[in-house]
Amino acid sequence: MSAAAGSFGAGFAWAFRRDMRIAWRHPGETLLVIAFFIFVASLFPLGIGAEPELLRRIAPGVIWVCAVLAAFLSLPAMFATDYSDGSLEQMALSPHPMPGWVSGKILAHWVASGVPVIALSPLIGLQYGLTPDTLAVLAAALAIGTPVLSLLGAACTALALGARGGGVLLALLALPLFVPVLIFGAGAADAQASGLSPAPHLSLLGAGLIVAAVALPATVCLALRIALD
Amino acid sequence: MNRLEARSLACTRGFATLFHDLSFDVSAGEWLALRGANGSGKTTLLRCIAGLTRPDAGAIRWNGESTREAEGAFKADLLYSGHLPGIKDDFSAEENVRAALGLRGVAVSDHAIGEALAQVGLEKRRQLPARRLSAGQRRRIGLARLALDPARLWALDEPLTALDDEGQAFFTRLLERHVASGGVAVVATHHDLATAPSRVMRMGA
Repeated sequence: MSAAAGSFGAGFAWAFRRDMRIAWRHPGETLLVIAFFIFVASLFPLGIGAEPELLRRIAPGVIWVCAVLAAFLSLPAMFATDYSDGSLEQMALSPHPMPGWVSGKILAHWVASGVPVIALSPLIGLQYGLTPDTLAVLAAALAIGTPVLSLLGAACTALALGARGGGVLLALLALPLFVPVLIFGAGAADAQASGLSPAPHLSLLGAGLIVAAVALPATVCLALRIALD
Repeated sequence: MNRLEARSLACTRGFATLFHDLSFDVSAGEWLALRGANGSGKTTLLRCIAGLTRPDAGAIRWNGESTREAEGAFKADLLYSGHLPGIKDDFSAEENVRAALGLRGVAVSDHAIGEALAQVGLEKRRQLPARRLSAGQRRRIGLARLALDPARLWALDEPLTALDDEGQAFFTRLLERHVASGGVAVVATHHDLATAPSRVMRMGA
């Protein structure tokens, strides 16, 4: 009897199932992200006043900024507790190739923090008086853009892992990298609202997602190896 | 035939040279005890063996192959337990053992996990979240895992910390069984175990 040889898929499935189970045990963290997203997005109409035309114009940008901040809020949890209780060490020493379980963890993070934001975005958009087709484009842009946020965020948290003042460092690293996603994401819904085609923005977001999905897990692995040394 | 070889290992941390030109062999059926004062490099050596820390010089071979080049095969044989137990507070003892074995690709029945937990005295507490267990009981989760994992090479850092006499005796039996079945172990410890090490290496000497 000996331990089975590792594989990308087995490591991916193990990490995804485990992190989803932890998220399920600790719904507070996910609920906090959802509550943050809803509250902040609802504060704008209250602060700006009920001018339907103005609200409709700023809606895509405001909702995207809230989504970016919500994604940022959930980042530290991705590796920090596993790092401090030694689980990350055990994962790094498992026979599975590192990019497998790292990708599994990133996907779990997206399901717990990105998917609720996508699902709630039409509801928030209604508050701002967006039309149904703009709502659909907004949700589509979020669906393509939030995984990029999770991937970029994973690389930044892994780099900031174990550093003193990690929280500030994380903000300095992650927020500038989120800017292109924010611009193209908000741009897609903006274009739809002003009668243009959102396709170029969505295509660029999609291209960004492909590049991020291919390149970033390896970057995360490199950063984790440094953090564990 | 299992065999761990270290050749001319060197490691510096900051300005301190922890060890240099360190060579040793541990063959199947042997276990090596690492002794030495705090800060003498026991943990660093274990981390070098596991591959978490890269030594400044030297090579580590497992069954004749460099552990860096044949990483996958080496890791399938390796069980490393460091200062941090790798136990999730939110998971129960049972889930912790299952997750740890699942990560290593070891398929074990629920019945076997239950039996191992009973052996380490956690039968009644197997469903409790680990955060509600004492330090020694959390260590015992690690013992249950050690009992079920078929890894051929153990690299253990102070495995007896927080364990009571009974726990230490159980660990000793596990180590004897592991070594008798042709396993290899490198154990850093300040305690004298009931079973004598095949070799003792003094660090920092």
